[in-house]
Amino acid sequence: MTLIHARGLVKRFEGFTAVDGIDVDVERGEAFGFLGPNGAGKSSTMRMIGCVSPPTGGVLRILDMDPLRDGPKIRARLGVCPQLDNLDLELTVRENLTTYARFFGIPRKVARRRADELLDFVQLTERADSKVEPLSGGMKRRLTIARALVNEPEIVLLDEPTTGLDPQARHLVWERLFRLKQQGVTLVLTTHYMDEAEQLCDRLVVMDGGKIVAEGSPRALIDEYSTREVVELRFNVESQDVFADKLAGVGERLEVLPDRILLYVADGDDAVAEVQRRALSPASVLVRRSSLEDVFLHLTGRTLVD
Amino acid sequence: MTWSVLEYHLVSYRRIWRSSVLSSFVLPLLTMLGFGVGVGAYVTGGVQGVPYLDWMVPGLIASTAMQVAIGDSSWPVFGGFEWQKIYFGQAAAPLRVADILDGHLLFVVFRTLTSCAAFLLIATAFGTMHSAWALATLPIAALVGLSVATPTFAYAAAVRSDSYLAILFRLGVIPMSLFSGVFFPVESLPAVFRWIAYALPLWHGVDLSRAATLGAAPSWSAAGHVVYLALWAGVGWLLALRRFRKRLVV
Ligand SMILES: Nc1ncnc2c1ncn2[C@@H]1O[C@H](COP(=O)(O)OP(=O)(O)OP(=O)(O)O)[C@@H](O)[C@H]1O
Ligand SMILES: [Mg+2]
Repeated sequence: MTLIHARGLVKRFEGFTAVDGIDVDVERGEAFGFLGPNGAGKSSTMRMIGCVSPPTGGVLRILDMDPLRDGPKIRARLGVCPQLDNLDLELTVRENLTTYARFFGIPRKVARRRADELLDFVQLTERADSKVEPLSGGMKRRLTIARALVNEPEIVLLDEPTTGLDPQARHLVWERLFRLKQQGVTLVLTTHYMDEAEQLCDRLVVMDGGKIVAEGSPRALIDEYSTREVVELRFNVESQDVFADKLAGVGERLEVLPDRILLYVADGDDAVAEVQRRALSPASVLVRRSSLEDVFLHLTGRTLVD
Repeated sequence: MTWSVLEYHLVSYRRIWRSSVLSSFVLPLLTMLGFGVGVGAYVTGGVQGVPYLDWMVPGLIASTAMQVAIGDSSWPVFGGFEWQKIYFGQAAAPLRVADILDGHLLFVVFRTLTSCAAFLLIATAFGTMHSAWALATLPIAALVGLSVATPTFAYAAAVRSDSYLAILFRLGVIPMSLFSGVFFPVESLPAVFRWIAYALPLWHGVDLSRAATLGAAPSWSAAGHVVYLALWAGVGWLLALRRFRKRLVV
């Protein structure tokens, strides 16, 4: 069953087009991602799906309903973790969940029980009665995610769930989101991070400048838009450009970044041998597997995180 | 759904209610002592046939309603959009914009009522109430509160810097408390100022309150006062709803 259906979806702000005619279908039980750089239109899309931002054009149906007409009914079945936490810092961790549950018409007793379960789920039980203000960024993020689950939603919208968190906090969030997915909850998330998308998403779209530039599973996208391996070369010179000509033909494709050159090749070791045969002596050599970052670079000519 | 929003604000208030209740008793107590004993001693003839304190207290109750209502609708509303952004969290839940607005307004009415009830209690203890109609000061206070809270909600949702809220207090709240017949009859004001007092909501609440506690007829039609205050509340509500929509549905 298609839970989210968009065709030619457009969002314009005073003449500026943030989302420029995108087509999206998200099926039940899927983990679907929007990957893209700053300003790609990810949040604008999420807010339209979350029924707080009316589309400027195109078709949008959520849970087979019309966001403009059935906003509250749809929102009752969504969980939203916005890009910026909007928790009540003065309330306790538990009160943030119980008061929010009441907005969904959940009885007080059920709300208290569910708050305890969710605090356990996001590992905040020990902080249940402390105020939110002094919590770390990772804890606040987990609380926001718990709050998004308080109504047992069918779809959870997560706008950059781990941006700004340290690696340990990120892994904890990923692990919890993975569990949700296993429980059959449909996840829709946005991210700057290709490793996040690769970890969590069954399917994703790459967005740039309000448009979708590619779509597929992380694996399929890498197969389609990149090579199996990548050789990263760093030369001790002001500009890497001068080496671009000398490397011509080593791989299928070559990208020159300000601080390094990327060679797209089927076999990394062969390529490194060829570089040595040409008597080029890079300061550092790194062979790695292709990632979504490379897909993005290929599609847009830009890196994802600047 | 509106009730769940009120409930949220009450839970939030629970942390500070002790100090808040204390301060709502302190102001009336100081007033009774300062004005009743101090200023009252100079106004020996009383005003309109009653002791000065008895004449002034109902006005102060209405004025307290106005100040509490505006205080609780200015920074908290601004902060709901600009600081903690709690309104945006509420908008993602199955609430309508009107629920978010009404729930918060109900809380402001609750705060107005409890503050004025404390005042009424103390004023009664000091023997300044002349009639059982004095109880009517409470619904009047709620109406005064709404008449100023709704436009303040609209204003606080419209401005993008909290320095505009300070302007509201300097140019709106303070002059209104001084020139709305709380401390002296508006008849002693020059005509221009008198008409400004008539146009603003507070004087209508003051005149009604005074009529209630003194058990006398108001200087203007009581129904007229009520309709005029309701008009402020109603127009303010429409403006506030429009402003809230503009911020929450983009
Ligand atoms: N309310 C608004 N008014 C005007 N312009 C807006 C508004 N919201 C977003 N935009 C613009 O729309 C574009 C897309 O913004 P959006 O927040 O959707 O991007 P994003 O992909 O989420 O970026 P980020 O990774 O930085 O969060 C940006 O250029 C942004 O400035
Ligand atoms: Mg964003």
